[in-house]
Amino acid sequence: MLRRVALACALAVTATGASANPELLRMQRDPNQWVMPNGNYASWRYSELNQITRENVGNLKPTWQFSTGVLRGHEGGPLVVGEVMYIHTPFPNRVFALDLNNPGRVLWRYEPTQDPTVIGVMCCDTVNRGPAYADGKIILSQADTTVVALDAKTGKEVWKVKNGDPAKGETATMAPMVFGDKVLIGISGGEYGIRGHVTAYNLADGKQAWRAYSVGTDEDIKFDPQKTMSMGQPVGANSSIKTWEGDQWKMGGGSTWGWFSYDPDLNLIYYGSGNPGTWNPVQRPGDNKWSMTIFARDATTGVAKWVYQMTPHDEWDYDGVNEMVLVDNLQVGNQRVAKALVHMDRNGFGYTLNRENGQLMVAQKFDPAVNWATHVDMETGRPQVVSQYSTRAQGEDNNTKNICPAALGTKDQQPSAWSPKASLLFVPTNHVCMDYEPFRVSYSAGQPFIGATLSMYPPQGSDNLGNFIAWNPGSGKIAWSKPERFSVWSGALATAGDVVFYGTLEGYLKAVDTKDGKELFSYRTPSGIIGNVNTFTHKGKQYVAVMSGVGGWAGIGMAAGLQGESEGLGAVGAYKSLSDYTQLGGVLTVFALPN
Amino acid sequence: MKTVFALTLALLAMVPAARADDEKPYKVENGKVDQATFNGYRRYGNSCLQCHGPDGAGSSYAPNLTESLKHLSHEQFAETVINGRQNISSSQQNVMPSFGHVEDVVTYLDDIYGYLKARSDGALGRGRPERIGR
Ligand code: HEC
Repeated sequence: MLRRVALACALAVTATGASANPELLRMQRDPNQWVMPNGNYASWRYSELNQITRENVGNLKPTWQFSTGVLRGHEGGPLVVGEVMYIHTPFPNRVFALDLNNPGRVLWRYEPTQDPTVIGVMCCDTVNRGPAYADGKIILSQADTTVVALDAKTGKEVWKVKNGDPAKGETATMAPMVFGDKVLIGISGGEYGIRGHVTAYNLADGKQAWRAYSVGTDEDIKFDPQKTMSMGQPVGANSSIKTWEGDQWKMGGGSTWGWFSYDPDLNLIYYGSGNPGTWNPVQRPGDNKWSMTIFARDATTGVAKWVYQMTPHDEWDYDGVNEMVLVDNLQVGNQRVAKALVHMDRNGFGYTLNRENGQLMVAQKFDPAVNWATHVDMETGRPQVVSQYSTRAQGEDNNTKNICPAALGTKDQQPSAWSPKASLLFVPTNHVCMDYEPFRVSYSAGQPFIGATLSMYPPQGSDNLGNFIAWNPGSGKIAWSKPERFSVWSGALATAGDVVFYGTLEGYLKAVDTKDGKELFSYRTPSGIIGNVNTFTHKGKQYVAVMSGVGGWAGIGMAAGLQGESEGLGAVGAYKSLSDYTQLGGVLTVFALPN
Repeated sequence: MKTVFALTLALLAMVPAARADDEKPYKVENGKVDQATFNGYRRYGNSCLQCHGPDGAGSSYAPNLTESLKHLSHEQFAETVINGRQNISSSQQNVMPSFGHVEDVVTYLDDIYGYLKARSDGALGRGRPERIGR
């Protein structure tokens, strides 16, 4: 009997198509839970909850806190599934299941055993952006690229698989994503000459279903030369390797360490790829496809439907990995786009595309300081690079000055929030420029493959290093902009209560008004915030949660020894005073209105 | 481009001999540095900066090398860089990788040392140094 039921179930699953995961599809629409890192498949980071409003948010109070016992940078954010909250840490990648009925009580805790040498090949601190939930499992992607599925009730291992090789500089920082019966995961290591890929594993047993590289042969990158489109044209044969000299594509980068989005109707997944090979552009002539690219792939087969390369032949380290926000019925000029994709890139341009076919609709600067390109040619999709700021044109062993943005981009991975109610995207941004000097390096497996020296500093005439902005993706214009002392390195949350939340590097959780950015609430958590804010309900009451714990790329500039140094504006010129405001330490803080 | 590169290499090859009787492992004149020290700055940027922070000043998780070089000898420095070091406990996850097999570090180890020593001695400020004769 039982067996027959199981068989019937299995048939039902196949009948509705490999992409259906009714449980997760339903849960990601439920505002009472927060079941995936960016809130829903469309990466909105928006909640329908409206108990906390612009009128009462000023009364918000911390209700409980929990220390993770780990010091280094805490990126990502909590998940809430039913009455359990799941949080995670940077290396050693602990996961805690916390009981919401008994706040902060640990139901189970998991800590993998990992060879610590992996720490030595993580480019920018040992961050992790969190696990995924699906079908009673918590799926964690460890620093050493082991992907492990845990029983969400007990924390016991269900299956484990190795996704890469740290000896070659391959590591993991990103959050996995479950769509249908598969879990998708990317890889980090763009500073080590790796070749990026995304890989789908079966949710049931961890068996590999498909893998698609960012650069390489048509077979490796899962492109159909006739059917995969770019700027309205089929890409043709060898679209990647013909844009590289010799076999440099083998260390071609295009790491995939950002976020995934998913459109269940189109059955397409969306993500971006990172920098090509070395940071020295002179050493790798060509467009270096498909680094710095937005990919739309069939979720079942992995085959690419369309691609768009934002920064051909990168000369500044403008990784294209930031989140893809899937917006419906967007007004662009006099056109209504049923299915749009909005992406705020490291390169300082905010892009809006038609996500069915990859047609480019909008590409505008989201920080007026951006100067490396005048504009994006809407016919070809290519940025029009300014020679003065081209590190390729200025050449090897020359210091190209005053390029905006800096390598950390006008925005890095810290995800934005889309409010369908306000029709605005709320974006945490950096306001930092740089000098960049490329030089020759040799490739050695597992060793940094950087080949450029950088100094970073605020744009001329500015003394703030960040802005929190509201962006109109239909017109490509900034609606409002709120300056912040430091880069805003925390993922935002928008709610139906007309407030937007975000954290700051000094450690404040802030709430601002969606209509004008006016600050309505701020609270000092124990350490700088590079984590992402979420919201949920428990027993009918709305809560807001965030992890603090400074670090990540921002923490590289945060040494005690930097204080008082005034000469020059070295890279940490930019962050030199952060240690006056905050120190390390991972802590979760949960907020609510008083009863 | 090729010629510039070859020239740089040639200069590099000459530098150690030229500096042989100097006591200091670097040369700083009016805030400008010799090619070897400049190369040290640059190699530091490629292989060490992502942990030890810009200008050797340390990060949230790796020591300030301008302080370290006040008490480390050249030998101790070289030993640490070649062999690496791990400091792992329940509250610390510190790893200094070993660079013994890394060409770009081993070849230019003395340049990196010279640059950091100049920073440590206070002979050189923060940021990208200018080169003598440029
Ligand atoms: C992956 C991060 C990382 C990289 C890359 C790295 N280091 Fe380190 N280094 C560390 C850490 C962490 C320590 C402290 C280890 C400990 O706690 O014992 C350290 C310690 C040291 C020390 C000893 C300092 C002292 O006070 O005892 C020296 C010298 C040093 N590093 C030099 C270098 C040089 C030169 C490079 C580049 C060629 C480099 N490191 C690259 C992380 C790194």
